[in-house]
Amino acid sequence: MREELLAIIERNSRIDLKELAVILGAEEIDVVNELQALEEEGIICGYHTMIDWEKTSIEKVSALIEVRVTPQRGQGFDNIAERIYKYPEVTSVYLISGGYDLLVSLEGKSLKEISGFVSDKLSTLDSVLSTATHFILKKYKDHGTILTKKYEDTREKVTP
Amino acid sequence: MKDMLSKQAVSLKPSGIRKFFDLVSEMDDAISLGVGEPDFDTPWHIRDEGIYSLEKGRTFYTSNAGLKELKEEICKYTERKQGVTYDPAHEVLVTVGGSEAIDIGMRAVLNPGDEVLIPQPSFVSYEPCAIMAGGVPVIIELKAENEFRLTAQELENAITDKTKLLVLPFPNNPTGAIMEKKDLEEIAAVIRKHDILVMSDEIYAELTYKEKHVSITEIEGMQERTILINGFSKAFAMTGWRLGYACGPRVILEQMLKLHQFAIMCAPTTSQYAAVEALKNGDDDVAEMRTAYNQRRRYLMNAFREMKLECFEPFGAFYIFPCIKEFGMTSEEFAERLLAEEKVAVVPGTAFGDCGEGFLRISYAYSMDNLKLAIGKIGEFIERIRQQEKKR
Repeated sequence: MREELLAIIERNSRIDLKELAVILGAEEIDVVNELQALEEEGIICGYHTMIDWEKTSIEKVSALIEVRVTPQRGQGFDNIAERIYKYPEVTSVYLISGGYDLLVSLEGKSLKEISGFVSDKLSTLDSVLSTATHFILKKYKDHGTILTKKYEDTREKVTP
Repeated sequence: MKDMLSKQAVSLKPSGIRKFFDLVSEMDDAISLGVGEPDFDTPWHIRDEGIYSLEKGRTFYTSNAGLKELKEEICKYTERKQGVTYDPAHEVLVTVGGSEAIDIGMRAVLNPGDEVLIPQPSFVSYEPCAIMAGGVPVIIELKAENEFRLTAQELENAITDKTKLLVLPFPNNPTGAIMEKKDLEEIAAVIRKHDILVMSDEIYAELTYKEKHVSITEIEGMQERTILINGFSKAFAMTGWRLGYACGPRVILEQMLKLHQFAIMCAPTTSQYAAVEALKNGDDDVAEMRTAYNQRRRYLMNAFREMKLECFEPFGAFYIFPCIKEFGMTSEEFAERLLAEEKVAVVPGTAFGDCGEGFLRISYAYSMDNLKLAIGKIGEFIERIRQQEKKR
């Protein structure tokens, strides 16, 4: 049940419990217990809402920043990653294989705010060697959801 | 001009679905549960392979029987799924959908007067194809109390010395019925005893929700007398690509190939290249779609139970076949009223044979949101009719 349950709520965390139990072919109480276990084990880390901010009147700018760092003895990349992810404007931090080390995504109110963060905070950290900032111009698809088009059923209405 | 038309063609009944289709198309905002095809788009990597083949200029005929690579992949697939082995060079034919395979399969084996056993309710093509091939369709009426499976007794009762071919349409459209291994073993004994051929239409083989689908070809002594029909439409959501195939004994396939060659030349080339990709790398997509169908199936079954609508639990395809006899209406009346009063389209069971009377085919090849909306309306409709009945 676990894998199927996770796949469903990853798509729709607002689904009601009764319906969840029905479509999983399980008892409601078992689903409740499983959800609780998943939360306790830290597998379910939160229930978020996907918002296309572009469609609102609220200004937001997001950027992806490639960061090259010097790993520290005994700590690897964890220490520096922590220093970065503690900033609230940082929305995600990934350790990456390839040409650079950390991929940091950032959300801010303006270009200025983001460039300020990079120049004042990020690049001044001791172990940061270099940064490259990419501003996001348009989001086509996010978290598996296509933002630019709505699903349309183009099938014939009745077929054998 | 006198006698312009073929009497045989004129004698065919128009598809019962057609009439309903016309009614529904007049209505812009109808919610439909009436389709017989997946709601998923063809997985992107499969479409991409089709596009790539066009870019590369692969725009010519393939050999009549189909691309060598595709025939080989089909054989690997039947081996992988069913443990049944076919020779790609002589025992496989790529067709324009499963439908073409039904047509030419019948024409390859039937002689005038040969009887063709057709269990109903079932897909609309078997009966007309049998007639146009010179055969005599003999309908076996499947029963709700058997969960619309074909029993050995029903089969035995229908066989005469003219019986040539049994059509085996499982997993079934429109009932959602499946045949499990023991069911198949029982009818196989009758088939062997009377030495008849089988046309097994397993187009919904990937969509079963109990145990893995069992093909009649897996049962002892059956492969050599069976035309196995399958295709890409339902499993890989590829209806518009029009691609299916037949596997079977070389002697039969040789005749089918002739008919195919003269009528069709070859199945669409672009589709064949896409289908190679589907068979090579599509198993995960199929599994994902199957899981989604199963969730919707459970949702609908539960909803019908809550409405107290009589309904056996179907374990195949993407249809539910509830019984509406309690309302004292024919299937057609019920479907027409449901459409007129609630703007919900379902297909009357009678579109799939007279014995579909008293039933509806409900398709769950729809998003959950669409299903919820439709179910809400069906619930209200049923409630209203029950109230009206009480008042009388």
